[in-house]
Amino acid sequence: MPTVATTVSPSVPDTAPAVSGRAGARPRRSSATLAALPLLVFVTVFFGLPMVAVGVGAVTVTDRATDTTTLTADNLTRSVQGAYLDALTSSINLSLITAALGVVLGTLLAQAVVASRLPGLRNLVVTASGVLANFGGVPLAFAFIATLGISGVMTELLNLTEAGWSLYTPAGLAVVYLYFLIPLMVLVIAPALDGLRPQWREAAANCGATGWQFWRLIGLPVLGPSLLGGFVLLFGTAFAAYATAAAMVGSVLPLVTLQIADALSGNVLIGQEGVASALALDMVIVAGLVMAVYLPLQRRSARWLR
Amino acid sequence: MHSVFSRRTGRVAAVLALSLTTALAAAACGAKEEAPTTPAGVAADKAVSLADFGGMDGLIAAAKKEGQLNVITLPPDWANYGEIIDTFSKKYGIKVNSDNPDGSSSDEITAVKTLKGQDRAPDVLDLGVAFAISGAQEGLFAPYKVAAWDKIPASQKDAEGRWFNDYGGYVSIGCDAKRIAVCPQTFADLKKPEYKGKVALNGNPTKSGSAIAAVYAAALANGGSFDNIQPGIDFFAALHKSGNFIPVESTPATVEKGETPISLDWDYLNAGYAKQFAAKGIDWKVAIPADGKYANFYSQAINLDAPHPAAARLWEEFLYSAEGQNLWLKGFARPVLLPGMITDGSAQADLVAALPKVDGEPSFPTPAQNDKAKADLVANWAKALAG
Repeated sequence: MPTVATTVSPSVPDTAPAVSGRAGARPRRSSATLAALPLLVFVTVFFGLPMVAVGVGAVTVTDRATDTTTLTADNLTRSVQGAYLDALTSSINLSLITAALGVVLGTLLAQAVVASRLPGLRNLVVTASGVLANFGGVPLAFAFIATLGISGVMTELLNLTEAGWSLYTPAGLAVVYLYFLIPLMVLVIAPALDGLRPQWREAAANCGATGWQFWRLIGLPVLGPSLLGGFVLLFGTAFAAYATAAAMVGSVLPLVTLQIADALSGNVLIGQEGVASALALDMVIVAGLVMAVYLPLQRRSARWLR
Repeated sequence: MHSVFSRRTGRVAAVLALSLTTALAAAACGAKEEAPTTPAGVAADKAVSLADFGGMDGLIAAAKKEGQLNVITLPPDWANYGEIIDTFSKKYGIKVNSDNPDGSSSDEITAVKTLKGQDRAPDVLDLGVAFAISGAQEGLFAPYKVAAWDKIPASQKDAEGRWFNDYGGYVSIGCDAKRIAVCPQTFADLKKPEYKGKVALNGNPTKSGSAIAAVYAAALANGGSFDNIQPGIDFFAALHKSGNFIPVESTPATVEKGETPISLDWDYLNAGYAKQFAAKGIDWKVAIPADGKYANFYSQAINLDAPHPAAARLWEEFLYSAEGQNLWLKGFARPVLLPGMITDGSAQADLVAALPKVDGEPSFPTPAQNDKAKADLVANWAKALAG
């Protein structure tokens, strides 16, 4: 890089005086920090403050008559008991299963497209994936209800009900989730698949490796970080999904997002805002745990990319 | 290390300052003007009856001066609210701002609290009874007694006038007669194998007032009582197991598509759909199940800090006038003053005749019974229906 900004921000007292010849090092870093400031402000205002609000809401209770606020562990205790615990468990189960299926199916699809070496097909699939990955919520739920619901077009055409099909089960919901999770995985994994150079495969073949050996010893380890990253992303997407599930199985399959909505805005429960905050905090903790598993693994696998 | 720390605190301070300025600016532009004094010498937001305005003319004049009314969570196709708002607006020349029409009772309470002191805060509220009671306890509502106050049954109003019931109806079974050969008339009918994959609620009972009412009604039909909602939960669990119950939340759209050919809902909503669907060739029949009769009313309340206190009070007077009550009746809802209006002839006979038929007088659970039923439902519903 040529020497960029030599302007040293005077307001930053600890900036080392520019050493001749390496003028870029220190000032570049501080100007980079400056450029990141809007992002930091954004994160603080839109993630930090709500996070604090959720945290405070989860551990306090306000007496409605006297308007006094006291610390309590009640909300957190309640959020991991009974119906709320069931919801948390079934949310995690559903997210794990759909994310795993999404990773496998999405990778296979992406590999098929990348291996086909047809640029037209590739562009088509990537563009379609971009659209479908963002197609969720109530419209998606109704599209499935109209197609595969009890009086859906396909259900009636193929007599699926007799075959034991029902859209309004955890399995049915998983199918709907996969509809946007697989395209999401294609988007994440396609660039990584491009990074697998054909030469590696040729070299492996020259050394007498079978296709399976190539994937086991070279392909999958190199793809590891991307696959893991994709899994975490898919897990998070499925874990946080709300509207699709609400429209389809809202009254029979307990999910933690649905429970938060019930507690927060409904015509039935009164004064459950604290429990909603506690549930949200539980979700953050689950997401944090997933990240905690992912990061060290990712660091380990990343060495293959060096 | 020290300098890093000070830099970080500086940034935090900047962020705090920024959010503080934004908050102040928002508060400043939403600030409310002082309420004007009525001819009788009472501030409009302290008026507790028509007398404080020196009669209806005084109230109308004060409301017209304010010129606006903020309402919240009033869906136009719910109990004829669309026409009610239009009629009120035209009659008095007051602009009605309708916010969040598909919201819930807790959204209303949240709006009262978060928009406090701003001129877009809701003036009047239409709440589930439990929310009306808890809101009154929190001191969110202004006491006001409409001219027809004495005609509202004592069990349907707060003694201090902080809330009063307005309209209601019965849990009913709506049925698409083109798709269903014989429409079910009772909860017992719903268990028949011919209704496999056909029976829906209009929401999730842990969230929707009308869906929990359907569970309550099912409890009454199956040996339960106002004290015991469990038989209702068991009833739906059995329906789910037999495949009769489908968890899709019924809406006019799902009904039209035939996805929810049998839908449990308030009778005024089902009857309203019937009228709306007739034009589209759907024969929507409404029956009030004789084995599980459950009725409930919604309540009116005035925001204590209403930005348009006179318009808010005029709105209530309008709703409890014969005209307002008949407009609810037109939406197939049963207005709270209906029994008296039938006696004195001010209820429109054709509208009364169009109501879904029901025998006997409704009875209502007490707030304590209601709270217990909700707690039981939230604790047991998901478990009973899982799988």
